[in-house]
Amino acid sequence: MGVGPTGAPGSDPRALLLTLTLLLAAAVPAAGQSARSAPPEPDSGGEVTLRVGIQQEFDSLNPFLGFSLASTGVFRLIYPTLTTYGAEDFSVVPELATDWKSSPDKLSWTFHIREGVHWSDGEPVTAHDVAYTFNRMMDDPAAATANGNYVEGFTGVTAPDDRTVVIRTASPQATMRSIAVPIVPEHVWSNVDDVAEFANQRMPIVGNGPFIATEYRPQQFLTLRANEDFWRGAPNVDRLRFVNFENSDAAVQALRKGEIDVVRDLTPTQFDALRDAEDIRRVRGKGRRFYEIVLNPGAANSAGEPIGTGHPALRDPRVRRAVDRAIDRELLVERVLGGYGTVGAGYLPPIFEEYYWTPPPRARRPFSIETANRALDEAGYPRGPDGVRHGPSGRPLDFEFVLHGDTSTDALVGKFVEEWLSRLGIRVRLRPVSDNQVNQRTTAGDFDMVVSGWSVNPDPDYVLRLQTCGARPKPGGGGLPDSFLCDRRYDELYASQLAEFDHSERVELVERAQRRFHRMATGLILFYPNALEAYRSDRFEGFMLQPTEGGVITAQQGYWGYYRARPTEQARAASGGAGYRSAAFVIVGVVLLGAVVLASVAARRRRTAEHRE
Amino acid sequence: MTDTRDELETSVAATGPPPLLRFVAAKVGGGVVSLFLVAVLGFFLFRVLPGDPARTMTRSTPVSAEQLAALRHRFGLDQPLYLQFRDFVLDLLHGDLGTSYIYNRPVAELVLERVGPTVLLVGTATVLAVLVGLWMGTRAAWHQGGPVDRWFTSVGLTLWSVPTFWLGLLALMAFGVGVGPLPGLFPVAGMSSADVPAGVVPHVLDVAHHLVLPCLTLVAVIYAQFMMVMRTSLLEEMGADYLTTARAKGLREDLVRRRHAVPNALLPTVTLIFLHLGLVVAGAITVETVFSWPGLGLLTYEALRVPDLPLLQGTFIVLAGSVIVMNVLAELVYRFLDPRVRDS
Repeated sequence: MGVGPTGAPGSDPRALLLTLTLLLAAAVPAAGQSARSAPPEPDSGGEVTLRVGIQQEFDSLNPFLGFSLASTGVFRLIYPTLTTYGAEDFSVVPELATDWKSSPDKLSWTFHIREGVHWSDGEPVTAHDVAYTFNRMMDDPAAATANGNYVEGFTGVTAPDDRTVVIRTASPQATMRSIAVPIVPEHVWSNVDDVAEFANQRMPIVGNGPFIATEYRPQQFLTLRANEDFWRGAPNVDRLRFVNFENSDAAVQALRKGEIDVVRDLTPTQFDALRDAEDIRRVRGKGRRFYEIVLNPGAANSAGEPIGTGHPALRDPRVRRAVDRAIDRELLVERVLGGYGTVGAGYLPPIFEEYYWTPPPRARRPFSIETANRALDEAGYPRGPDGVRHGPSGRPLDFEFVLHGDTSTDALVGKFVEEWLSRLGIRVRLRPVSDNQVNQRTTAGDFDMVVSGWSVNPDPDYVLRLQTCGARPKPGGGGLPDSFLCDRRYDELYASQLAEFDHSERVELVERAQRRFHRMATGLILFYPNALEAYRSDRFEGFMLQPTEGGVITAQQGYWGYYRARPTEQARAASGGAGYRSAAFVIVGVVLLGAVVLASVAARRRRTAEHRE
Repeated sequence: MTDTRDELETSVAATGPPPLLRFVAAKVGGGVVSLFLVAVLGFFLFRVLPGDPARTMTRSTPVSAEQLAALRHRFGLDQPLYLQFRDFVLDLLHGDLGTSYIYNRPVAELVLERVGPTVLLVGTATVLAVLVGLWMGTRAAWHQGGPVDRWFTSVGLTLWSVPTFWLGLLALMAFGVGVGPLPGLFPVAGMSSADVPAGVVPHVLDVAHHLVLPCLTLVAVIYAQFMMVMRTSLLEEMGADYLTTARAKGLREDLVRRRHAVPNALLPTVTLIFLHLGLVVAGAITVETVFSWPGLGLLTYEALRVPDLPLLQGTFIVLAGSVIVMNVLAELVYRFLDPRVRDS
């Protein structure tokens, strides 16, 4: 890089270009080892870390406050619960409690606590920790933030000795077998004065589970260490790390590159794109969510006063059922979900096989525009001159359909439904709004049709309660309504399933409640989307799915997926990604060196040029 | 720069507070007042956002109506607006920005935690973009209409018009994952790896390694503004008489440009640079999202979704505050750079 022949040194872009090319040429071979062949990370001493990409931030590591799925998923790994859900079929299995029984009057439950279990700081786990956790939630409103609904029916929790916990409830509750509240160590938390202000970020977090949280960098990652003393036995991996990604495309690329080992919440497109990726195995699990359209049946608050702006025609169940018949669910699953979903039927998703109910043939409402039109003719909604039907009062059937503006799913569903209903002589106006507005308008009854959906727990009580009269909003606002169903028969069925302690009897009652909900047609369940995941099969194997048939790894109601995962021989044998690291350092070094050289050359030229003045 | 010293001496000799001090005080005072007004505006602005924070936070978790009511009470959302406003102003005067709904932590703490990464990313990118932009703008103007000018201008404008997230994703694909024979040279997400050997040097190198792609993406998108402003203002100077004089003195073209034209052309560019520095914090939202960079941009985006009112107010104050502070600085610096402003 001598002085250019044309004087005016430094103004020659060719020299700069040449330098950059040289730099790049120097960098590429150095980085050769860091190609896409999944460089295992430099675990010291042959330790293996399972790295999971997540797209949601931990809202809090404090188990009394954390709401987000990311947080509650971590609590299952680092804190014990009384019982948990088995991996095979979601049946309730012992966890911290070895056994439990209810009193003859069904109002008192006794749990026996496992012996020889220790917190990660060595203190024994006793019944007093359990009683402390529940009592704190009952006495301290801040501690009831995330899980208060579990203790609402409790009248008292005591620990008569180190191994026994007795919980008394105001009325019989079949849900007592599955209290998914993280139990915390009393000797740590009794020193916390203000739960609402406590971030619980002092590492390692004192807990008891298959893993122990050891390092947290907000919005970057959370690292857990295997708990060697876990009563079920130590996990097979040495560490588990949740890595934050702000967009799922980046997470997928990181999986391809081998920077992470598991991704979750894939879109159908991403899932298809990974079909032929080497060393990557895809998992298509049944999801826990249902997706529904709510038809405003004449919303009212809990005092029975009408609220909102629902169209009067939708108060007629015949109109609601006609709308249901005009929706081609098979087509929606194929077009909207790319086939990755199950056609909607009853209320609860098929992942919970026991409770999953599909309408029998005589109650079913198969897709048929013709039948729907006939039903509307018979019900007395004739078409006007413009082809739009109108009700007895002369008001045209013109429905406002509120959708989430930021999801393509809603946009597509809206378009299809608009088209189908127009063939019934019903005009649909699509209203895509922000998530917040969807919630707000739903609670206010301010819609004709609105998209809704919930994640369902293995115990169906919570989502069943959403459809009771009691779920309607209070006169002063607040409350969590879903479809504003308020039906005496449904409420009776709901109450009796909650008080039914015989499991098969309860399943029967839940089925009847679903049948009633289907008959009322206030919420039309369209489909249950699949949960799509993928993992690096060259590094890990043996992920235990929940449930075993068509289950998932990451979005479990338990810790089986990560707990049972095994590193492959390849991952065990690979020690040190020093090649990758050093390559990175070489590149950075070369670039820095190049910059220094360039700068000094430029400075020297500048000096010589001034000299010649 | 001897005239500044004269200026200072004369101003000190004058009676009353020296004009320089008066000028600075007026500017700084104005900035403080603006900042307070921005905070107040933010309070009402975000209260207009639709939605119930309590409900959004608990989405996908089974909660009861009582829990929601308790949450609202804890955030003071059940109080009348004028009381909420009074508490907000009192806290603000104490420097307390409130507690975030989502994170259950003081907003000031969260903002401080995230401001570092953003300043690192956007600061580095701005410095690089300024250097590249000024250099290219100078070259382009000097050879106006030539092939260099045409190339620089068209490439710069093209990159400026490309959507940031798209360019970021391309960069991520090409240099993070690798295409064809090109290996993935850089990490695809985050600011640091979890398993870097202990010590300052490895950590710095690791962060630098993560910084390359987001930083270059940002530079590619913003350098054209500096280039174009520099080019335009240099073109305005090109025909000036003092350049003819300089050439007549026998100075080489290179020196004429460096010593005479560029310093004068820099003035409007400096203002732009300072204004841009104010936007440093706000400008990174898309890049931060593409590269999962743990900064303020992401925090704002998350706060907006809930809406997490205290957090939104906090980030809003920081974003607006940085613009105001930089504006004040630009005015002060300009006064020193440009004698014409000083004399008026």
